[in-house]
Amino acid sequence: MGINFRKETFRDDFSFRNSPEQIRRFPFPFHEDSYMYAVNIEPHTPGPKNTVFEHLIDVDEHYISEMEDRALVLAEDPLRCQSLPHMTLAGWDLLELLMTQKAESYPEHFSLTRDGDNWHWINRPLGIDDRFTFGDVSTLPYGPMAYITRQSQGDFCVLDQRDGNLWMDAGIVTTQADWSLDFDIGMNFFEWHAPVPLAHDMGIFNRALKFLTNIQQGQPARRFNWTMTINPRLDTSPENYHKWGVDRTTVTPENVGQKVHLRVELQTFWRLPRSNALVFPIRCYLIKMDELVTSPKWARRFHRVLRDLPNELAEYKGLTRYRQTVVEWLSQYDDGAPTSSGFGPD
Amino acid sequence: MSAGTRKIDVIVTDVVPVNELVKRFHFQRTDGQLLPTFSGGAHVVVEMRDDDRTRLNPYSLMSSPLDTRDYTISVRRDDTGRGGSLFMHQRVNPGMRMVISSPVNLFSLDLRARKHLMIAGGIGITPFMAQTSQLAGDAGNFELHYTCRTETLATYADVLKGRYGRRIHLYRDDQGERLPLEQLLASQPLGTHLYICGPAGMIEWVRRTAAEAGWPDDTVHFEHFAAPQPGKPFDVTLAISGKQIRVSEQQSLLEAIEAAGIDPPYLCRGGVCGQCETKVISYDGNFLHNDHWLSEEEHQSGRKIMPCVSRFEGKSLVLER
Repeated sequence: MGINFRKETFRDDFSFRNSPEQIRRFPFPFHEDSYMYAVNIEPHTPGPKNTVFEHLIDVDEHYISEMEDRALVLAEDPLRCQSLPHMTLAGWDLLELLMTQKAESYPEHFSLTRDGDNWHWINRPLGIDDRFTFGDVSTLPYGPMAYITRQSQGDFCVLDQRDGNLWMDAGIVTTQADWSLDFDIGMNFFEWHAPVPLAHDMGIFNRALKFLTNIQQGQPARRFNWTMTINPRLDTSPENYHKWGVDRTTVTPENVGQKVHLRVELQTFWRLPRSNALVFPIRCYLIKMDELVTSPKWARRFHRVLRDLPNELAEYKGLTRYRQTVVEWLSQYDDGAPTSSGFGPD
Repeated sequence: MSAGTRKIDVIVTDVVPVNELVKRFHFQRTDGQLLPTFSGGAHVVVEMRDDDRTRLNPYSLMSSPLDTRDYTISVRRDDTGRGGSLFMHQRVNPGMRMVISSPVNLFSLDLRARKHLMIAGGIGITPFMAQTSQLAGDAGNFELHYTCRTETLATYADVLKGRYGRRIHLYRDDQGERLPLEQLLASQPLGTHLYICGPAGMIEWVRRTAAEAGWPDDTVHFEHFAAPQPGKPFDVTLAISGKQIRVSEQQSLLEAIEAAGIDPPYLCRGGVCGQCETKVISYDGNFLHNDHWLSEEEHQSGRKIMPCVSRFEGKSLVLER
């Protein structure tokens, strides 16, 4: 049984919706009724059926529409996809990773045939059927990273590892929570995390860097991050702040359920074999408040998390303007009953 | 975590004597699949089951990263070492099944380099075998300078000359040939990166000369595996697990901890990666620090030890393990 791909938009009329099945598999990121930073990294191993962890690279019902939205962003702003010259080999590594994972996990939608360096890639949902020579950039319509990430949900940061640090030297970033690849390109791990409050004093970045630089081949890791987005907009970039920033002033008690979205990033971390680089796919999942509260546990818990969030974090995540309105709206779903442990919807 | 990396079951497909000191070992996966792709400079940890004890030694992969049907390593026999190389030379034969780790790279090429200048001493040639294969496959610009004791101990010099011709420069001690290091470092184009693998003294010499010549630290890369040295036996208390262990003469502290059924994380087993860093709770005696991970201050502090290569002499040592 294949995936039932939806036809929808993440701009203009915002027709994005989650099906009931997709709501049940939403990666709700809070395992308890409060939230604070932690180096919450765990091994990225395949998880239960009907979760986003079922396969290591998740493809879901929004795939085709997300790829159409990415193409629109890139057409307007090609600098969302950049690769410094020394990162081409890492691009081939990433192409291999994504093609082999997709073909193995979703054989009804993707297939890869390899005869030495002669590769044949079929992507049925997007109608792509290409033969190319692995390692020969002239045989693809784009560079290897751009080619495969135009066919893969989520943003991708490809990090060179040298001098005991990680460097943002390539990536494609079109579904980001208010950060810019064009601004961060070439920066190291500490430089691009400089704006994050509190965590530096907690020593989190030193520990995280030590962990990440030791990630080994075949042993990917993952963590969650989250924020909120008004309207189901994938592209909330600094470059387009003039388009979406104003949305934050439009939240009213009447429209919270449809307009306000919890935005969860599933970040995974993989060592790339030929280049010794790391790739961080950052996959964005959106869920409307109306959809979230179909799980009573999630409704109660998210009410408590948002209500008790430290002000610095609310400010950094850009929630301040509408936080109180959303907390009041969610409070109608919180009867004070205890919530069960774990992430699941009950 | 029982180890830093995943294990791979392999079969020894060939053992080739290269010269009087060096043998080459070929491994393939027992399930007939391809081995994982790797990057030039990577090593694997080879598990040696020697009767009642297990040795875990790191060796650089020297086969081409472009061909993963097999992995090859070369082992120089060390008659005064702790016995790992002797085990490989005397006990490992074609057809034998062994376990190796997935590749780990702590000596990676900097792919920004406009030119890669490589300096090898003796068996330190092995990571450069893989790196030159990788660079040659991608039309990379490199040059290798290789010092050895004699012509017959110039392991793989003939292979490298056959592949890369004038890019390979050989210096034989017994012919009085000397690597003209200062001149070499002074004549490199902007954007050159320097890589060194060889004996500790050579690494120090090249690093110091490069620093004096004004090479930035981040353009100088070196592989500095300190093989664990044998030493006097000593006793250790492991506070968390509540165990008393004795580290024998030919055993490393890490191996003794593992033999007691405790699995600290590790990657290099050579004092460079930092994974097995262990806190000292109390001690009465002297540390013999042999690692390249802890700072001089940390060595002096008596608060940390790298059990893969460092030892202890004295009355008591209590570790947080």
